[in-house]
Amino acid sequence: MNAIEFILAGMLAAATPFLLAALGELVVERAGVLNLGVEGLMALGAVLAFIFVYHGGGHFLGFVAAGLGSAALSLIFAFVTLGFRANQVAAGLAIGILGQGLSALFGKTYESLTVKGLPRLAVPGLSDIPVVGGLFVQDIVVWISLLATFVIWVMFAYSKLGLVIRAVGENPKAAHAIGYSVITVRVLAIAFGGAMAGFAGAYAAVIYTPLWADGMIAGRGWIAIALVVFGTWMTGRIFLGACLFGAVSLMGLAAQATGLDVPSQLLSSLPYLVTIIVLGIISADRRLLKLNGVASLGEPFER
Amino acid sequence: MSAGFIASFPSLVRRERASLVATFIAPAVALVVALVLNLSLYLLMGRDPVAVLYAMLLEPFLSWASFSEVLLKAGPLLLIAQGLAIGFRAKVFNIGAEGQFILGAIFASAIPVWFPQATGQWIWPAMLLLGAIGGALWASLTAFWRVRLNANEILVSLMLSLVAAQLLNYLLLGPWKDPNGFNFPQSVMFPYDAMVPTLIAGTRLNVSFLITLALSLAAFVFMQKSFSGYKLQVGGLAPRAAGYAGFKEGWTIWLSLLIGGFAAGLAGAAEVAGPLGQLQRSISSGYGYAAIIVAYLGGLHPIGIVVSALVMAVIYIGGDNAMVSANLPIAAVRVFQGSLLLGYLIAIAFVRYRLEWPKTAQKAAHRSPS
Repeated sequence: MNAIEFILAGMLAAATPFLLAALGELVVERAGVLNLGVEGLMALGAVLAFIFVYHGGGHFLGFVAAGLGSAALSLIFAFVTLGFRANQVAAGLAIGILGQGLSALFGKTYESLTVKGLPRLAVPGLSDIPVVGGLFVQDIVVWISLLATFVIWVMFAYSKLGLVIRAVGENPKAAHAIGYSVITVRVLAIAFGGAMAGFAGAYAAVIYTPLWADGMIAGRGWIAIALVVFGTWMTGRIFLGACLFGAVSLMGLAAQATGLDVPSQLLSSLPYLVTIIVLGIISADRRLLKLNGVASLGEPFER
Repeated sequence: MSAGFIASFPSLVRRERASLVATFIAPAVALVVALVLNLSLYLLMGRDPVAVLYAMLLEPFLSWASFSEVLLKAGPLLLIAQGLAIGFRAKVFNIGAEGQFILGAIFASAIPVWFPQATGQWIWPAMLLLGAIGGALWASLTAFWRVRLNANEILVSLMLSLVAAQLLNYLLLGPWKDPNGFNFPQSVMFPYDAMVPTLIAGTRLNVSFLITLALSLAAFVFMQKSFSGYKLQVGGLAPRAAGYAGFKEGWTIWLSLLIGGFAAGLAGAAEVAGPLGQLQRSISSGYGYAAIIVAYLGGLHPIGIVVSALVMAVIYIGGDNAMVSANLPIAAVRVFQGSLLLGYLIAIAFVRYRLEWPKTAQKAAHRSPS
């Protein structure tokens, strides 16, 4: 297997934690809320899923626990920012610190333990194509994530629900005036984002690298937030961005396998450096950000 | 959710004027709430909450030796938080102090690592200065990205912190590893002249604590009395007005980040040239993130931050105590920090708002026509 085949085969699985968390954050931001706690929400989801799977609860229950747990933590964020109109940046950071602390606390006795991942399912026919065939051999969660991407794209592009969420984010006063409850929409969006971050963490801890280590999320939650900016709040572009980061995080492994003499720390920081560079390139186009950005992002709603 | 269900909740009503009392009470309320919640958590975990409470909040004050450790811990938190608060007031969210702290430590360590034979009383001041410059340089990357490339400073500064941690690992496992250090990821021990002089014999408290206090005073004068500080605050409170007055946004961002980076870098330098005496992997124990909480808890005010830095230092030292005496995992400190900030964010809402219960609202509505 050469480096390109290796990256193509593993890219989607590596991209899934980024993708799930970024899709959740997309919905949250589209509703006008900036939740910076994704890293902590992912960490909590990861440890909850790991504990469930480790004790024989199975992957499905593990994901359910992760989704519920992280959604519950994100509702604390909703309580503070929507209920008390707190600064969303500070509240997001607090949730992030709390989530990481809780994950370390719950995961203390599980440090370095492993579980079994999930088998990969091949699409008959397509998986036999040379070079790109690896793309079509993925575990069930990757396939579901692709479906979720499609559903969210349809929701924003064609459904009334998508319109309501966008209205609440663009002009909450107008949305309120025509009878939508801004707070209810935002609470639900935040809970959805929390659950998605929980799933993302669960995927990272029980399928992608099925072991528990404190700090294993390693900045992926923050990259997911950056992905929403990269994708300029558009589902399709966020998907492409997630694939890019999936590929980048595999490049380190591929480079090491070919015996390239580069410090491993440089390879580990590759996703962070790429984030910084891409963020600079995309943001420099101010018109693009203004055009696609969410007008009321981060501002508390007051009637 | 039906409308009637929502209407039965009390609602926040904007006060006619901000409550000064609430401003002062909020941090205390947050502390009490965080304490109650966390002690309940410890109880659920099967720990003795009284023992934890004793170890966390009393033990740090019981001897001069342990209290001096609190002051030692408060130093970097105070310094970083003072720098961050200036930026936060200008709504420049530098959350990468952790990375700026690490770069400060690395820059400061360059002198004793590269010139281990050097002697003279100039070495430790040069290290502190170099560390501060290192922190400011690291922060200037974020400033450039924000001002020139319009990139979000929260994400860029955080990513740079993750890169800084990798850079530190690289140095300690590679070129800067102590050849006689039994393969531990740490640099050589610094010589005597590369250490900040001790302030009080018998403790680890050193001269950098005085520098921190002096800089806190400087932060107070800068933010409350100077025109530059005023311009920064206007930029944060009313960006449009600041624009009309000709205060440049780019200037605000550069200044905020450079001050924040300078302070964090200095704190990093003081840590390696002080209690640690060498560059190690665990130089920070999350000061850069904890300082964000310290800054908010202190109401982003230079004097408030002095108090909140002490509180946070007690939590750190007390958490260490509780780990030993009550078998509490060290992660509990992070949980406490997170809940403390959340509690504060709720409590601080009462500075600008008051709660109005549905019944009193109805009464007020009945009364108003008369």
